[in-house]
This record gives sequence, C-alpha cells and structure tokens, in this order.
Amino acid sequence: MRRNRVAFGLQLTVTLLACGFLIVPAVLSVMAGVTANYFKGIAHGVTLKWLFEVWELYADSIWLSLLIAGACLIATLIIGVPAAYVLAKNPGRTSRIIEEFVSLPLSIPGLALALALLQLYGTWQGFRLSWWFILVGHVLYTLPFMIRAVLAVFSVIDLKTLEESAASLGASPWRRFRDIALPNAAPGILAGALTVVTLSVGEFNLTWMLHTPATKTLPVGLADSYASMRLEIASAYTLVFFIMILPLLIAMQIVAQKAQAKVRP
Amino acid sequence: MRPTLSLPWLLSVPMAAFALAFLLLPIVRLVQASGDGEAGWGLYADILTNERYLTSLRDTVLVSLAVTVAALAVATTAALFLDRNRFFGRTALIAILTFPMAFPGVVVGFMIILLGGRQGLVNEISKDLLNTRTVFAYSYIGLFFGYLYFSIPRVLLTVMAAAEKLDVRLEEAARSLGAGPWAVLRDVILPGLAPALIASGAIAFATAMGAFGTAFTLATDIDVLPMVIYTEFTLSANIAGACALSVVLGLVTWALLLLARQLSGTTVAAAG
Repeated sequence: MRRNRVAFGLQLTVTLLACGFLIVPAVLSVMAGVTANYFKGIAHGVTLKWLFEVWELYADSIWLSLLIAGACLIATLIIGVPAAYVLAKNPGRTSRIIEEFVSLPLSIPGLALALALLQLYGTWQGFRLSWWFILVGHVLYTLPFMIRAVLAVFSVIDLKTLEESAASLGASPWRRFRDIALPNAAPGILAGALTVVTLSVGEFNLTWMLHTPATKTLPVGLADSYASMRLEIASAYTLVFFIMILPLLIAMQIVAQKAQAKVRP
Repeated sequence: MRPTLSLPWLLSVPMAAFALAFLLLPIVRLVQASGDGEAGWGLYADILTNERYLTSLRDTVLVSLAVTVAALAVATTAALFLDRNRFFGRTALIAILTFPMAFPGVVVGFMIILLGGRQGLVNEISKDLLNTRTVFAYSYIGLFFGYLYFSIPRVLLTVMAAAEKLDVRLEEAARSLGAGPWAVLRDVILPGLAPALIASGAIAFATAMGAFGTAFTLATDIDVLPMVIYTEFTLSANIAGACALSVVLGLVTWALLLLARQLSGTTVAAAG
C-alpha cells in the first residue's frame, strides 16, 4: 500500500503544480489590471481607472471583435449547418474527402492561410481594407468546428428513419430539413455556435496578418498593448477579454454536460 | 427523382462556394506565388540548404518535441488522477486545467511574461530569496512554457475522455495477478490510452509548430519557423520565400495530423 500512497502523492503534486502554472499568471493579470501601481503591489491601492483607460483606448477594437464574432456566427450557421446535413445524408468517400478539405484550416497554421488569402485578394483594395477580409479568415478557421459539432449530433440520431417516416407522410425534402433535421440538430448547433464565437473573439494568428490600422480586433489590440502600454493597462485589457469569454466557456461546459447526460441515460 | 436531388445540391452551395473562393483558390495561389521569386521552383531546394531556415526548422521541431513530451507527461498524470479520484474541488481543478484552451497565443505570451518576465513573479521571488535575477520569458525557455501552457488543456481533455472509457476490470485482473502499480500503469493503462496519447501528442506538436502569437508577444528575435515566415514577409519583403516556407510548414503539420489520425483512428484537430 505504501507504493500506492507514493504514487497518489506524486500524481496530486503534478496535478496541483499544473493547476498553479495555469491559474497563477491569470490571477496575477486580473490583479494587475485593478492595481493602482503594480510595482508597489495591490495592497497600495485598488482602482478601476485602468479599465476606463482601456475602454477609451480600445473600445473600437472591442466593438469590432463583437461585430465580427456575430457575423462569423451567422456565416458559419448558413454555410456549416446545411453542409453538415448534406454530409450526414451522404456518408461515403466523397463526403469524407470534402470534410477533410474544409477541415484543412485546423491543421494548417493560420499564418499560412492568411498569406494565401493575401496573395489572392491583397490587391483588391475595397475588400482588403474592410473588416470583411478579417471575417473571411475567421469563417475559414471556425467553420470546421460548426460542421463537426452538427455532424456529431447527426451521427448519433437515426436521421434516416426519421426522414423516411416524414417522407411517407408526404413531407417535402425542404420540410424534412427544416422540421426534422434542424430541431434534432439543435444541441450540436448550439455547441458549435458557442465554439465559433469564442474562437472568433480570440483569433489572432490570421487576424494579425489580415488587419489594417482601421480594422483592429480585440486580440490585435492586446498584442499592441503588450508591446507598448504599461503592465497595468495590458492587464486590464486582458481582464476585459477574460470577462468576455468566461460566460461563453461556462455555457459550453453546461451544453457539453447536458449532451453527455442525454447519451448516458 | 428531381426534387430529392436538388435540395441537397442547393444546401451544399454555400459551403462549395466559400471553400472554392477562400480555401482552394488561395492555396493554389500560395503555391504559385512560392515559385514566383527569382529562384523559381529552385527556391524549395534553396530552403533545404539555407542555414538560417534549417536552424529555424531544427529549433522549431526541438521546442515542439520538448513541449509534446512535457505536455503528455503532465497532462496524462493529471488526467488519470482526476479520473480515478473523487474529491471536493475536483470540478474546479478540471475547470482551471481546461479554461486556458480558449486563450489566444498572445494572451498566453503575456501570462508567461507575468511569470518569467522582468516584472514577473519568479523574478520578484528570486530577488527576495536568492538575491539574483531570474528572467526566462523572452527566450526559448519562455516559449517552451508558453506552448506548454496551451498544450496541457488540449492533451488533458483528450486523455480524460479516453481514461473514462478504460475497462477497470483489466487493471483489477492485472493487480490480482500480482502486478504492482507501475506495472499496471506500464502494461495496462498506458497501452489502453495509446490512441488518445498519439492523437493529443500530434495536436500538441502541430500546434506548437505553427503557433505564432506566443513567440510574437515574447520576443521578435526567437527564430521559430512562423516568426521567420512573418519577418520574411513583412520586413524583408521576401514574398516567395515566405510563401514557400508556409507551404512547407502547412504540409508538415497537415501530414503529421493525418498520420496521427490513421494511427489512432480518432479525429484530430490542432486548433490555436
């Protein structure tokens, strides 16, 4: 039993060290964001002035990120949900190749994808200089997550039998998609939507290459503040980012737990 | 038959149009642009003999390998511990260990600066206790910790999901036959987790190979491959070189993940 206790102690230590490694800098960052002077320490005064300063400096980038995340969600819904339905209805080699192809942005670094977009569309100024250019990058990167989340739901329900019974009652293909497939896919669509918004708000690798001085998103602003602002402002801005993604992450966890509870009665 | 055929066709139009315009054509153009330089397609041969590129490739692979090994060791230990034990605060620990998955690379870089930078926690402690300065953020060590920071959550989630599905009866059988805890771990648990370890190891490696934001935040003189691509493109205006290196990097990470998926039989994605 002694050896078991040693193993237990070792595992516990590694787990707690890993937790500390991940959470300590996040806590430091939150504290620095509300500390009057980080050099003197938080005991010397707590303030919200850095947060107000961040709002003054970077409100535009925060709004732009929200706009792009919303537009990205709409685009991935329009493109991804019907695509997942078609892929689920026609399982086979072709569907697998198509799924593999649209999933390429998961395995190709964002930097390479951004370069590819710049090479093809870089000279089309009207498009290049607008936020639509960034949106395209975000849709490219998040679309596989939406398709996979919806496909995952379609793969556990018996779509074929459901649709056949609807068809035997005279439902048209369009009605079968709208009234049978879509409601059944709702949990997957929700999980996909949360993932898409979270990833879009935090996307940097593509955005850094695609942005212009007039189209800075939140993470681009973050990189800017890390390079040129005092630690308190950088921290306060990071705090704003944490506050934005925390509810999304919690919602994702709840959705995942509900889905698991459904699979295991 | 026509109506049943036309709806699926219609439903796949948005994806087809998008993938064609913003994925297929740009990739074709990227490959084409990589051959547009003075060296033409010989550029790819030049890359293999260019010392700066080769050093960069070697360093990128080494730091990615180190991160993969460390992340697998740490996250597998934590995943098994959290899977096998029920205690107060377990959910909180899981939340802490998975929360950073949504952090962009730049934020991870900032986290490392807060730990190991000039005003960082480690430096403050070491100044007080040892009277020496300890700054590691702006180097390959900082980069290693940064990549470890975003790899731990990804590996942990994959391994925990696999650990849940392990057949505990196999371990009990091994134990009743006299196997000690290490033997059970080596001969029963780890082989059972092998597909998840391969899959998550590949994600960690490919993500580290292609990561850009963390290195960008820590220091501009860390010459990992994505940083070299970035500086070639923006500072040296070496468009063909940047494109060719991107093609090479993209091929390497894609092939690696494909191979991992063939070996493990699960879906692998290197998000980040």
